[in-house]
Amino acid sequence: MELSVLWFILVAVLFTGFFFLEGFDYGVGMLLPFMGKNDVERRIVINTIGPFWDGNEVWMITAGGALFAAFPHVYATMFSGFYMALFLMLVALILRGVAIEFRSKDENAHWRNTWDWMICLGSSLPALLWGVAVTNLIQGIPINAKMQYAGTFFDLLSPYTLVGGIAFLLVFLFHGASFLTLRVEGEMIERARRYAVTIGLLAAVAFLTLVGLTYTNTDLFKSALASTALLGAVVVFVLGYALLWMKKFGWAFAMSGLAIVFTTVAFFSGLFPRIMISSLNPMWNLTIYNAASSAYTLKIMSFAALALVPIVLAYQGWTYWVFRKRVTAKELEY
Amino acid sequence: MEEVLLARWQFAITTVYHFLFVPLTLGLSVLVAVMETLYVKTGDETYKTMTKFWGKLFLVNFIMGVVTGIVQEFHFGMNWAEYSRFMGDIFGAPLALEALSAFFLESTFLGLWIFGWDRLSKKMHVTCMWLVAFGSNLSAFWILVANSFMQSPVGYALRNGRAEMTDFLAVITNPYVWGQFPHTILGGLVTAGVFVTAISAYYLLKQRHLPVFRPSIKIGLACMLVSTLLVMGTGHLQAQFLAKKQPMKMAAMEALWESADPAPFAIAVVVDEKNKKNSFEIGVPGVLSLLAYDKFSGEIKGINELQAAAEAKYGPGNYTPNITQSFWSFRMMVVAGLWMMLVATLGVFFLYRKRLEDNSMVLKLLLWSLPVPYIANSTGWILTEGGRQPWIVVGLQKVSEGASTNVTSTEIWISMIGFTVLYGVLAAVSIYLVRKFILAGPFDEKPVLGVLTKKKEATLWN
Repeated sequence: MELSVLWFILVAVLFTGFFFLEGFDYGVGMLLPFMGKNDVERRIVINTIGPFWDGNEVWMITAGGALFAAFPHVYATMFSGFYMALFLMLVALILRGVAIEFRSKDENAHWRNTWDWMICLGSSLPALLWGVAVTNLIQGIPINAKMQYAGTFFDLLSPYTLVGGIAFLLVFLFHGASFLTLRVEGEMIERARRYAVTIGLLAAVAFLTLVGLTYTNTDLFKSALASTALLGAVVVFVLGYALLWMKKFGWAFAMSGLAIVFTTVAFFSGLFPRIMISSLNPMWNLTIYNAASSAYTLKIMSFAALALVPIVLAYQGWTYWVFRKRVTAKELEY
Repeated sequence: MEEVLLARWQFAITTVYHFLFVPLTLGLSVLVAVMETLYVKTGDETYKTMTKFWGKLFLVNFIMGVVTGIVQEFHFGMNWAEYSRFMGDIFGAPLALEALSAFFLESTFLGLWIFGWDRLSKKMHVTCMWLVAFGSNLSAFWILVANSFMQSPVGYALRNGRAEMTDFLAVITNPYVWGQFPHTILGGLVTAGVFVTAISAYYLLKQRHLPVFRPSIKIGLACMLVSTLLVMGTGHLQAQFLAKKQPMKMAAMEALWESADPAPFAIAVVVDEKNKKNSFEIGVPGVLSLLAYDKFSGEIKGINELQAAAEAKYGPGNYTPNITQSFWSFRMMVVAGLWMMLVATLGVFFLYRKRLEDNSMVLKLLLWSLPVPYIANSTGWILTEGGRQPWIVVGLQKVSEGASTNVTSTEIWISMIGFTVLYGVLAAVSIYLVRKFILAGPFDEKPVLGVLTKKKEATLWN
């Protein structure tokens, strides 16, 4: 296999891991002010993701780093092209990170409530923006012959990409709610389930709209793998919703996660071998061929990734094992 | 041109701000791990209290480093897209490796450490903090590998209109990084040493929580003294390396316009950049040659000669960094280092004579030295990065060629003001929290007999 293909897959794997993992902790963050009726409950909600969220965020940072190392032109075009969107995302992620860390460090109710809303905002905005970004990639954006983004911030917002943003946000919310059904205790489980049931319906509508618009606006369905994956995502999402209804929480979470995995796979395989599509001229697409690093760099990075990724998966998996028990009000020392 | 200048300002602001937190993370992770190891080895609860107290301050600092670090990774693509295209083949690799090998490690095991007190065995728990310390310092290595290439490119070839990596081993064994890396992690230990010492000195002055802060100040002072000496040693070696590899940076930080053999060490100058000379200068003859070559002779190339050589090699243009900034940032760093060495020596001397607690003068000196490592860290990087100008990668690409071409000055203004305001607010919040934790102390105090009879509480000002 060509190394640039391997790296396309690795980048896809990193984004898949990122959307799966941060999907639920963005979801939990967004639900925080609504799930937690009092301070103790809010701390419980935060502690369900407390040990994990920072490690999850590293999936995004690694995906960015991998793009830089393997496809420098994509990194350059995307980050300079999505300038204002990324600025907003950075502000959101900064607020979210410090809010999670700071909110319980002072007794003041106003302090805590403010930071809780920062967590909510800081989780919603990136969820929305990632949906907008992914749909822009598959739909194509104005990239000129010099590999430069030739549009403005507002060119990134179209009905299709906004539906993409909303669908991502709602699916992450559902994923987060189903995660909470596994992590909280007592009456909060039922509360999380009720949120999941309501949000799940909205998410299903948004997601189906996204699939429909993807059919009309993009060439994703030309790829058999992408079509199968996207339709598979719809099926497992509906299945997850049904399982949640039946209170099979573990399976429901697995299915909402799988829906995210399938969706990511669908978009990446729909793109392949392109990474950024030019809406101006197909000749100006950024592909795994014209945007990649040298064979030597890809080789070095392949050895490193294949050695390190399994180790990372092992210890992150172990973390989830260590904190597998539900979070209770008794042990809220943090 | 305006975009380049704005992008530079933005990078300077966000990087200096990011690096206010990084050194403390590097060093304090090690000291907290040491304290917890003492707890595990001795079973003494005092060490556990220490671990938790310093750990709490560590976490506030750590998260600030993390969130400002994401900005750093995004910056290269956002503001410096052309640099990223030209350099991605080499520069991207250490960044990706940093995330894969270090960021995952520190973030995951810090999560385990914070929430794992009751779920992990003591040994497992302390191992988590050691892994955090290892991960943090490993991340410093990778980012310095990337930076060192910008200062002194190795292991590459110019192909396909960009710099391509030809020798990974050469990139990670770049002599430049082996000057920078020890200097940086030792700088982290200095910062942590001063931090622990200064705050412990506060409690000793206030006669509060003595059982916790007596051992704390011992660890802090030992760390401060040893790492200050070592950081000066590695800094010296780095400067000797500069004399060979980056003569322009060396000449700039000495404000040496004309080549000289033997070269004097200037103590203070007033630079006249327009007429390419110093309008005022006091120095010690021969000392610069001594510092650079360990003997009182040896030529140090001057700015004017280096500028002419660069023009001959790269074509017309200004190849001289800002002299005043280089000169004074270097001196501020050195004076900060000497200051810390002096107060650490004083502190250790009085500690050894068991008279530190009675000497409120020395304790105050230690307390008020808290800003000094931050000055040294910032000026050190201002010298390193400012002295690289006008190059973004020395000899290969200029800063002006590296900036994004499709980003408008309005966009940079918005993001720069946005980050600056946000960073200002967060600085205030984190200072508020750290101050609050310090005033509260490691646990609720019960009156300790014998403390008040010993000595009256000292004020911090007189």
